[in-house]
Amino acid sequence: MMQWLKDLMAPSSVLPPPQPSAGRGGSKTTQRAEQGETLAKQLALVIDLNVCVGCHACVTSCKQWNTSGSAGPLADERPYAANPTGTFFNRVQTYEAGAFPATETIHFPKSCLHCEDPPCVPVCPTGASYKRKEDGIVLVDYDKCIGCKYCAWACPYGARELDEERQVMTKCTLCVDRIYDEHLPKEDRKPACVKACPTGARLFGDVKDPDSEVSKAIRERGGYQLMPEWETSPANQYLPRHITQATDARE
Amino acid sequence: MHPALSILFFTTLAGAAQGLVFTLALAALFGLAMAPGFLTLALGVAEVLLVAGLAASFMHLGRKTRAWRAVLMWRTSWMSREVIVLPGFIALVAIWWLSLQLGASAPWSWLLPALVLCGAVALWYCTAMIYACLRFIEEWAHPLTIVNFTLIGLSSGLVLACAMAALAGEARFVQVFGPCALVATLAAWAARDLALRRNAGIRHKSTLQSATGIRTEKLVQKSMGMSAGSFNTREFFHGASLAVLKNMKLGFLLLAFVLPALLLAWGLASAAALPWLLAVAVQAPGLLAERWFFFAQAKHPQNLYYQVV
Repeated sequence: MMQWLKDLMAPSSVLPPPQPSAGRGGSKTTQRAEQGETLAKQLALVIDLNVCVGCHACVTSCKQWNTSGSAGPLADERPYAANPTGTFFNRVQTYEAGAFPATETIHFPKSCLHCEDPPCVPVCPTGASYKRKEDGIVLVDYDKCIGCKYCAWACPYGARELDEERQVMTKCTLCVDRIYDEHLPKEDRKPACVKACPTGARLFGDVKDPDSEVSKAIRERGGYQLMPEWETSPANQYLPRHITQATDARE
Repeated sequence: MHPALSILFFTTLAGAAQGLVFTLALAALFGLAMAPGFLTLALGVAEVLLVAGLAASFMHLGRKTRAWRAVLMWRTSWMSREVIVLPGFIALVAIWWLSLQLGASAPWSWLLPALVLCGAVALWYCTAMIYACLRFIEEWAHPLTIVNFTLIGLSSGLVLACAMAALAGEARFVQVFGPCALVATLAAWAARDLALRRNAGIRHKSTLQSATGIRTEKLVQKSMGMSAGSFNTREFFHGASLAVLKNMKLGFLLLAFVLPALLLAWGLASAAALPWLLAVAVQAPGLLAERWFFFAQAKHPQNLYYQVV
């Protein structure tokens, strides 16, 4: 029987598990989380705005890793022209806070926040967008996406980008094809952006485990979520900037 | 939001076709005497509009050959529900048309119009809910979105039905549905105006402070993280000047509601076909302008991260 007919007749709960990571030895037992389900594990990034220096190493390493994956290259249009554009899963923005002369420059990395209640998932008409039950990563199955862009409309953070060449929706995968890859040395099983950050501004781990590095950082250093008003419970959190007092006066 | 031509054409074409079929179904249910040729011709026009709308909706997809997959998630997605109801509605209209050609009698002669009536309402609801269910696009997340999609569809469908009836010399049809067309157009105007007033007064929940978590009063974006734009700056910004926005609003109020209403009043008073035809011609660009403005006016919270566009 044709595969699409099988898909059509199968109830959604027993749809064949999507395997976006099969090419690089990812988990083979992916299951979809139900809407509103509380997961035991939620992988996420915690971003320390205190030490981010805005070098964009996370942006380039993300692009490099994800453009080399089994899903095919990320669009890169007019890369050497005056107006280059393309798909990135991660961007670093810069803000200036306060009034001169007491201003602060804050570099602000921005990628998919892997919400615990992701508004982009239920609106997807094809089921291409889903949240993994085993680790809470929100993914897009590129083979099922029809490129209708509705999920991007339904994300208040603008975390999703349509790949103009492949015409499917793309987003941060938390390097799902890397973090479980047993061919890599253990210390490399982290998202590319985390490995690349020269100041250690990006922490990675399970926010549901109270003893993890990320949970401790959130607890001890006032981690916060973006746009809490929409109750999406983003899993990624940010550590606020704080001014360190000079200690050299008596030395 | 960036108004996509494909969606503008799809929602206006399908909306008018639904209104037209709705009117014809009411006429059939109430036993209004019509020449047999008129009803089948009008249904044919509705079917052409619907198929054109369906084709336009396909143009919105990046991967058109996978479109069938969009029926799968009807449990959670309003778009999926729409994708199911639209072809269902087209099929129902086709079956009704066929039953008229074959001269089917009761119960088909009342059952099919009744089903078509429900189908039109269901399709309006599904289409509008695609927008109304996005809670953080505050211009859309309101029951008025559903009211407007329905009333504007009804108005355009009634105007079209009356114009065709006037051309075909169906005086009784125009007598009955002409006043309905005028009332629907005025009601659509009133509801759209209400939505415009509501939207003008919205104080958005999200701010640059809540979007970044940086709690200083003065917060200025210095870099968006790219030099020449991205999907985020193309998809969520209309790129038109404030003057264009203002003119578009004035234009659609005039073309979609005010002028058609005046022409309908003239048509009712004079019993000539010309004002009805003029009303259709004037309203068509007005409907497109109205939908353009519906998208352009919606401020997506993600735009907070792109202050320099």
